[in-house]
Amino acid sequence: MIEVTIALTVRELKRWYRQKFAIVFTLITPLFWIGLFGKSFNLTGFFMLPSDLPPEVAAAYKELTGRIILSVFGTYDYFSFMTCGMFAVLVLFTSMWSGMSIVWDRRFGFLNKLLAAPISTSSIVLSRIFSSLVRSLVQVMLIFTIAVAMGLRLSAGFGPLHLLGVFTVLALLSFSLSSIFVAMAFRIRTHETIIAVSNLVNLPLMFASNALFPLKQMPSWLQAVAEFNPITYAVGALRGLVIGNVDQAAVLGDFLVLVAFAVGFSILGIAFSHRALNR
Amino acid sequence: MNSGEIFGFLGPNGAGKTTTISMLTTILKPTEGKAEINGLDVVKESSKVRGIIGLVPQELTVDDELTGMENIMLQATLYHIPVELAKKRAAEVLDLIGLMDAAKRYVKTYSGGMRKRLELASGLIHKPKVLFLDEPTLGLDVQTRAAIWEYIRRLSREQNITIFLTTHYMEEAEVLCDRLAIIDRGKIVVGGSPGELKDMLGGDIIEVTLKGEHEKLKDGLMGLPSVKDVMYKGGGYRIKVIRGEEAIPVILEHLSSLGVEVQRVSLTKPTLDQVFLEYTGRRLRDEESTHEEVYMKAAALRRLRM
Repeated sequence: MIEVTIALTVRELKRWYRQKFAIVFTLITPLFWIGLFGKSFNLTGFFMLPSDLPPEVAAAYKELTGRIILSVFGTYDYFSFMTCGMFAVLVLFTSMWSGMSIVWDRRFGFLNKLLAAPISTSSIVLSRIFSSLVRSLVQVMLIFTIAVAMGLRLSAGFGPLHLLGVFTVLALLSFSLSSIFVAMAFRIRTHETIIAVSNLVNLPLMFASNALFPLKQMPSWLQAVAEFNPITYAVGALRGLVIGNVDQAAVLGDFLVLVAFAVGFSILGIAFSHRALNR
Repeated sequence: MNSGEIFGFLGPNGAGKTTTISMLTTILKPTEGKAEINGLDVVKESSKVRGIIGLVPQELTVDDELTGMENIMLQATLYHIPVELAKKRAAEVLDLIGLMDAAKRYVKTYSGGMRKRLELASGLIHKPKVLFLDEPTLGLDVQTRAAIWEYIRRLSREQNITIFLTTHYMEEAEVLCDRLAIIDRGKIVVGGSPGELKDMLGGDIIEVTLKGEHEKLKDGLMGLPSVKDVMYKGGGYRIKVIRGEEAIPVILEHLSSLGVEVQRVSLTKPTLDQVFLEYTGRRLRDEESTHEEVYMKAAALRRLRM
């Protein structure tokens, strides 16, 4: 079973990295997000000082607004703040694509060929989840490097261990999300449907989380929704690790919740996939 | 189905051919009934069945982004063939279907016929006992089709593989199949060897043109073996017989013994096309008329809404 899973994962990855052009394009979108949205949203700019203030008032005002920004965002730099969020969103996009490739494979008969072969259906499911994971990590690594060049401010103590932490968090998130998308895709027959469904869940998953904006300033109902979103915990942990806006205890808390999500969603996803495939 | 034969499943589009293959290859569970392959139940022993069958689906499932060899080796892994053995077998099957030279190229550079052959090769890598071919020559040109037929025949001869194929090409069924079944609306309507099926239509037609008027030979001709029906029509006879080739000498001998001179003889054999139409044709036409009715009703509804 392990050999088959590896072989199918490798197939997925070959199909991906041999389309160099497509990879470049999938990277452009997140770069636009961080480059355009991340850079244009200047936090200190919102509290620009009126020019006619007396100096002591101006100083107090600056002190006050600085405190507000820091308490809500944990950093003055929105670019760094939202780039961490985009890492998680990138994982979300990649997981979505893993679902689409399944619908393609059904459409083109490859899935039937797999189902007629003496292999476990778990291999089919796991190969999709693993290949999506590898793709996510490679893409995030590329965006991470570019983002550092664009001005991502790493926390003072950022080291190899933190980087390992980042990848573990992203792997857990990828596992949770692609399990769900893969399970969905095994029940969907047409491309139109999977694209519609993916678009439908993609937006709320992205916005009902702390990926772009902090939870603190959201209405309470949205905060409640975001608390059921694995992206929230992944982004929380990522920010703690990369820009160090929260303490280690908070990072560990997010991490544990994320482990629970990954275990729960993958069990659910694999069980649902099995039911969809063994008919 | 017998071991080692080529068995064809012939039917119009949507008759249930692919569904039958899906059930026999354990992809779909039958809603009722039972099927066995090599004595193994396709539902209860599905994993054992999967090990001894090969499937070449209707669609081209080989991966564009992979080379021919990579496609074959992936398939070998799916059937748990150790790498060393797989390499040897891959060379064998690629050689058999004449793709050895193209093995290292990406499949996206292949022609349609090459892809189909690669598809066949990957269905053979684990030496299946039964090979399922779903519409093996759908959409291929005449030459490629003939080449594929040749490969299929060689497989059946040299590898002693039992082959189950579906097709809606009459010619293909006739050329390839030892036996076949015609299926329509999910039910087998008739089965047998291509020859038997054609015989069921009532046999061949022999037409003889005679010199002079001989209107009273009907009873004599009816008395000959294998003659089923005789009709006189100006200057000659139209005779329905079971095996035309064998009946012609008998008829000619009979006529010459009576001193009747024969000017011309023709033999018309029923084609599988006619058999096919005989068993599925009328239903197809019925369906068309109901489509038309549905369309009329829909049009009437549209008018009402406006």
